[in-house]
Amino acid sequence: MEQILKAKAINKKFGDVYACNNLSIELYTGEVVGIVGESGSGKSTLLNCLSGSLVPDGGNITYLDRDNNWLDLLSLPEPRKRNLLRTEWAFVHQNPRDGLRMAVSAGGNIGERLMAIGYRNYSQIRAEATEWIEKVEIDAIRLDDKPSIFSGGMQQRLQIAKNLITKPRLIFMDEPTGGLDVSVQARLLDLIRSLVRELGLSVIIVTHDLAVARFMANRLIVMKNGKIVETGLTDQVLDDPQHSYTQLLVSSILKV
Amino acid sequence: MSNSEEDFNFAYLDEQTKRMIRRALIKALCIPGYQVPFASREMPMPYGWGTGGVQVTAACLQETDVLKVIDQGSDDTTNAVSIRKFFERVAGVKTTENTGKASVIQTRHRIPEQVLSEDQILVYQVPIPEPLRFLEPRETETRVMHALEEYGLMHVKLYEDISINGEISTAYAYPVKVNDRYIMDPSPTPKFDNPKMNFCPAIQLFGAGREQRIYAVPPYTKVISLDFEDYPFEASRAEKTCEICGATNTYLDEVVIDDKGTRMFSCSDSDYCNSQKS
Repeated sequence: MEQILKAKAINKKFGDVYACNNLSIELYTGEVVGIVGESGSGKSTLLNCLSGSLVPDGGNITYLDRDNNWLDLLSLPEPRKRNLLRTEWAFVHQNPRDGLRMAVSAGGNIGERLMAIGYRNYSQIRAEATEWIEKVEIDAIRLDDKPSIFSGGMQQRLQIAKNLITKPRLIFMDEPTGGLDVSVQARLLDLIRSLVRELGLSVIIVTHDLAVARFMANRLIVMKNGKIVETGLTDQVLDDPQHSYTQLLVSSILKV
Repeated sequence: MSNSEEDFNFAYLDEQTKRMIRRALIKALCIPGYQVPFASREMPMPYGWGTGGVQVTAACLQETDVLKVIDQGSDDTTNAVSIRKFFERVAGVKTTENTGKASVIQTRHRIPEQVLSEDQILVYQVPIPEPLRFLEPRETETRVMHALEEYGLMHVKLYEDISINGEISTAYAYPVKVNDRYIMDPSPTPKFDNPKMNFCPAIQLFGAGREQRIYAVPPYTKVISLDFEDYPFEASRAEKTCEICGATNTYLDEVVIDDKGTRMFSCSDSDYCNSQKS
């Protein structure tokens, strides 16, 4: 396996507070890395730095694109960066309203990325949108409905379809199952996991839910106060936590 | 009434303001379809009555110009009459209703049926210059989208039209691509008029007063209406005949003429209709 994303010594400060303090992570192709930690530990800031929506104060991020070139993301020209975000990358927001256009139909939402990369044939766009809405287990008759009348779980699945239609290679997920009830959450995770396997995607998933992390991630990064306190294979970190904070985190899971 | 020449500078605006607007116009002509910000002045008429167009016209007018003003194609509707009178008074220029005799034509929502010539300027009144406004409300974002030529979103609008109505139902303010680069809102002209913008010999200037934007299409510039391969653009019109002049190829108004809902169709371009009649 080869690396797809490398981040070295990422720093990001808000005022005097380090949200990311000298963080380095590497992601391999086809790998799912989970970032866990409490609220305010810097998980989302790290994700935003990696995906280009925040500019870190220091550090170095490189990405291996489809044509096998290492791109320096911090010095990449804006048009290329936005092009990456539309084609090779995807970002699944915690709140689907941040990732969807609520006034545009489900089909329009799914087709937007295709139109952005130059598709100009209505029937073709519609056929692909139908295929993808079915792939995320939404009935195709809902294609012309607005996402505002969808349930939370359906909105989240729609957001995933919208992101995956251009067959990205790297997906950033920020609490993709936050705010969903447990049964919906389980089905959504199942769906994401099978899509990730099927398409061979590389994923960075931020979550505070260790159950989600265990289900999804191959490797875990535990964060506290802007620092990485522990990292390793998911089962290893969760079954045999070494750092006192990870031990606390694991022991605080509620048992039914 | 006092002598207007002593009360106003020629064409109402002071020379510094005109110079500022002319600079914006030249920049707009150099970058066809690009929205140039300008310091829009308050005009003695409300926003929405063509304050942008009036400022552009004022900056273009010379004493020898002949001005024509149309509103929805007609020379004698309120907006056209008030603006024509305004310039008669503050500039003292000759005015006409004859499209061929005018050197500057200010228009609201129509392009004249008669083909324009190289020595004419067409000034559009624009309410909302940003074609992406209702899809992406952030101006900061739309400006980046224009800069990077990210126009996929415009097709999302057309996609929605087809999925809801079975055809591209946008009938006015139909988005165009100018000179293979910028996407532009042609102001709320009916899409029937869109093909007239393509390689038009006249200069086309667009002024949005409230939004403080000026844009332009130089003569003989490519202006293409957006569409899908399988749903091509159509310059649609009511499939009727003008009941006054008998024209079958013009853009028609549907007018209710009595209390029983009787309707008639007539050319929206009143000057063209008159010329066909006689």
